[in-house]
Amino acid sequence: MSAEAGRGRSAVPFLLRWSVLLLAAGVWEAAARARGSVYFPPPLRIARHAYGLWFSGPPGHLFLTGAAVATVLPSLGRMAAGFGLAAVAGTALGIAVGRSRRAYALCNPVLQFARAVPPPALVPVFVVVFDFGTPMQVASIGFSAVWPVLVDTAEGARATDPLRLEVAAVLRLTAAERLWFLILPSALPRIFAGLRLSLSLSLILMVFSELLPGSDNGIGFTLTDAQTRSDLLTVWAALLLVGALGYLLNTGLLAAERRLAGRGRAA
Amino acid sequence: MLRLDSVSRYFGDHHVLDRISLTVPDGQLLCVVGPSGCGKSTLLRAVAGLLPAQRGTITVDGTPVTGVPDRLAVVFQEYGRSLLPWLTVRDNVALPLRRRGLGRAARREAAEAILDRVGLPGAARRRPRELSGGMQQRVAIARALVCRPSLLLMDEPFGSLDARTREDLEDLLLEVHRDEGTTIVFVTHDIDESVYLGDRVVVLSPGPGSRIVRDLPVGLPAERDQIATRGLPGFVALRTEVGRAVRGDR
Repeated sequence: MSAEAGRGRSAVPFLLRWSVLLLAAGVWEAAARARGSVYFPPPLRIARHAYGLWFSGPPGHLFLTGAAVATVLPSLGRMAAGFGLAAVAGTALGIAVGRSRRAYALCNPVLQFARAVPPPALVPVFVVVFDFGTPMQVASIGFSAVWPVLVDTAEGARATDPLRLEVAAVLRLTAAERLWFLILPSALPRIFAGLRLSLSLSLILMVFSELLPGSDNGIGFTLTDAQTRSDLLTVWAALLLVGALGYLLNTGLLAAERRLAGRGRAA
Repeated sequence: MLRLDSVSRYFGDHHVLDRISLTVPDGQLLCVVGPSGCGKSTLLRAVAGLLPAQRGTITVDGTPVTGVPDRLAVVFQEYGRSLLPWLTVRDNVALPLRRRGLGRAARREAAEAILDRVGLPGAARRRPRELSGGMQQRVAIARALVCRPSLLLMDEPFGSLDARTREDLEDLLLEVHRDEGTTIVFVTHDIDESVYLGDRVVVLSPGPGSRIVRDLPVGLPAERDQIATRGLPGFVALRTEVGRAVRGDR
């Protein structure tokens, strides 16, 4: 179908799509070599450094080195915990708020306010509550990431077609059936729009919370640790790693959305 | 039997229905005609228990309507919105069977049987959006029939279909009505359609405060034919009378 093709296939072929990125990398490489500054190493050197640090492991470990596992795994774990909590709580609360007109009217100002607070500004509060360490980091990620998915889910649930709600009433669907067959699928595009925002916030908060003292592993810690040792190559490599991670996670979320939206629920 | 006793409806200050009293015996196909915005849909929604109670009483088989009555089904005009696009045709039709406690296989079998009945064999696994408008409305009719309703409400169900498709669906409805003996309240603004389909035609006056201005039995032979029936003198006379009533002429 044409709509499907328009969404699934890009307007430009695969190679062309990556050409701008390659061009940017090429310009960066050339400029960095020309300047020869220790602070701005050329990307190829950064990539080679990152490869040596993290991706030169045995094939059995997906080519990941022990250092990669020790760095990336704790970060991903904290992020998964925080994002997972935010996704579940945000979707559930969002449906509840969105389906009740009174709850929506009462909660909307709070939600808009909570969403407007820059998430990293809240981290000091969590440091006081949880002290430094993983619980503080997970709480920071979760509490920051919960708002976009909550607000978007509420909007999505609120926008359920009133005619379809009448149909559900006439078919005498139970509350659970109405939720599963009507409200959740209706809100799905908005839920995923919120989840994408929440995911990128999770990544930001993951790195940020690991920059704080008290961390002894993770990508953020690698970043500060390398910086104190003036190991600029590792700093840049960690930045590249965060970028790649964000890209991969977002791609995964998009794939999940496409799968869920394409698959029908069996009645 | 469906009974409306002096039913009035207001939306805020807007007076929609004015003391509608009406008795529909079992098995009757009643057409409700009226100009746009005269409260035909409001009447239907009130019978379906979708509107909060106001003045007057509505009873179905002697039970006052407070929620959606048992064994009632509704077909809306907007088939595209009324079907769930994320479910297959079969699962759309099987949806109301869940509360019957049937297993999945039995639900699907019943859904496929009724899809056959409305002339859609082989559409079971497709999505509503892959079907034409007429086929989608057939799916909606199948979903309404799958629980074997005793009262079927239809809100301008063929209003947005092309002429040929509408005729086919009108004949399908007559066939179902003849076979199942379902009581049907069919709301339309199409005068010809009301006379062609109905055992009886009720004309509502334009709003605000719509009332019943005509209540006419349709004395045409039960066996209807799109060409022959529409040429009968009785059909033409009745169409003229209904048309005058809708326009407000005496």
